[in-house]
Amino acid sequence: MTDVLVVAELVEGEARKTTLSAVNLAKTIAEGTGGAFDILAIGAGAAGAAEALTKYGARKVLTAEIEGDYICEKYAPTVAEVADDYEVVAACASTYGKDLMGRVAAKLEAGVASDISGVEVDGDDILYTRPMYAGNVFGTLKVTTETQVVTVRQSEFDPAAEAGGASPVESVDVEEDDVAEKVESLGIEVVKSERPDLTEADVVVSGGRSLKSAENFENVLEPLVDALGAAMGASRAAVDAGYVPNELQVGQTGKVVAPKLYVAVGISGAIQHLAGMKGSKTIVAINKDKEAPIAQVADYFLVADLFDAVPEMTDAVKKAKG
Amino acid sequence: MKILVPIKRVADPANANKVKVDDDATKVTSEGLEWVMNPFDEWSLEAALRLTENAAEKARVGEIVVVSITPGEGDTDHIREALGKGAERGIVVPAGTDEQLDASVVAKILAAVVKKEEPDVVLMGKQAADGDSAVAGTKLAELLEWPVVNYATNIATSDEGKTFEVKRELDIGVQTLKVEGPVVFTSSDRILRPDSIKNGVTPDDFEYADLGDLNSRLSNLKNIMAARKKPIDTMTLDDLGVELGVGTEYVKFTLPQGRSGSAEFVETVDELVQKLQTEAKVL
Repeated sequence: MTDVLVVAELVEGEARKTTLSAVNLAKTIAEGTGGAFDILAIGAGAAGAAEALTKYGARKVLTAEIEGDYICEKYAPTVAEVADDYEVVAACASTYGKDLMGRVAAKLEAGVASDISGVEVDGDDILYTRPMYAGNVFGTLKVTTETQVVTVRQSEFDPAAEAGGASPVESVDVEEDDVAEKVESLGIEVVKSERPDLTEADVVVSGGRSLKSAENFENVLEPLVDALGAAMGASRAAVDAGYVPNELQVGQTGKVVAPKLYVAVGISGAIQHLAGMKGSKTIVAINKDKEAPIAQVADYFLVADLFDAVPEMTDAVKKAKG
Repeated sequence: MKILVPIKRVADPANANKVKVDDDATKVTSEGLEWVMNPFDEWSLEAALRLTENAAEKARVGEIVVVSITPGEGDTDHIREALGKGAERGIVVPAGTDEQLDASVVAKILAAVVKKEEPDVVLMGKQAADGDSAVAGTKLAELLEWPVVNYATNIATSDEGKTFEVKRELDIGVQTLKVEGPVVFTSSDRILRPDSIKNGVTPDDFEYADLGDLNSRLSNLKNIMAARKKPIDTMTLDDLGVELGVGTEYVKFTLPQGRSGSAEFVETVDELVQKLQTEAKVL
């Protein structure tokens, strides 16, 4: 019997969908071992956010109200205190989950299975699988400490489905550390987009440095993105060049996506980029250079100048979709 | 300001698709690949150099100690390289095997080194390009009871590292933080933009050259010669009072199933769209 605590990720008083990927893991472990799982909603507006989290079959939903912006030093003491009663503590491997859970793991002297892509309950053991070497090797590991800390890769764990019923909600005491006084958040510029979230979209269209400017992202790429109802992504080179904000980066150091359709426009396909998108179902490359390494993972490769092909494709997609 | 920069030696990440798994699947082998400095750490080294110099006058104004925990006898080539770029001193900690060095152990060893060296800042990569865990920096901060700012893109101080104003990249946007040192920073990809580092010594209007595809400044001949004379101290686990003992145990490694590996080349947009509709059925 393994009991799991899921640490929810709240933004502006609501749980992000990332939370449901961690709930999926928790359900798998709880079902496989005959244990149960609880969800901890922590942060500003936790009580409000808890309501939506009661629908997923948790034994209970715990809330810890902490005002102000997220800072890991402010959250970790409470998470660690609550987590002490569980064998497994899980969160999504978003920047939030990785930032927070490292600190929690150190408090609990726990080993970490970071950014896992799979889990298997094998008798008394829980075996986690995770990509390493930019997705070129998969390692299967056990966490050997009393508490196991796990972060899950969102693209590999579907959001948990609603389970019916309503979990009871309880609030927990907030713990504090002196170290939190050394950090003050001056603000988070939360980026809002009308488009689907990059990590949740069925279709992703990403652009590379070959687009040459922020204006070209807007005028050339975005119409195709919108015609496909897609999320927009980018290579590291395009983000570094300042064409688009960092939240759009796909790759080893950006977001990992696995949509049904991934269109790579003017992206040569460095190993670090492939690490973030090669789990996509169908991959299309649009590139002048047919030798570009993106060919190693592409299903379809349109050899063309993107400045001709992308507007043409935008029209063709609109027509095809009626 | 004194900065400790931990650097890991990794199999060349540009050829990560050439790593193999040994016959009984218990080890990753990188035979034939060069050992290089973990690129994420190399960015941090460059950022640390910028924090401890007057760039306009090309003068050092602080100290950088690089430390590397290196399996076996303790290879020092990558430490020497860091010294050639401008770091003042090196420390090598020869310890165990790669498998014995998970984030928990690494954080413990680094914490022991920090207690001996007493730096104002630890600046390191947010992850290693081989293990990709992104855990050690945060664990280290907690062991030291220091704050940590992960994924930093901008670091500014005007009081020699007593306090910092930092920007960092989150999935949801950019957060600005004010933090009191001593502190652990892990760097994001954007830490080397020309205006990312302000140390109150280099004139604020100074702009670094864009490094392009480089992860840090090149070492010049003068620095390489000077680096030969710079000390690299050895600290053993005994010296540091740390015992190996990991929190994770890998039971096997596998290579991913490749994709079909044969892209179908198409000539026209019409052909592409038609195939996406009828073959792939994704439109």
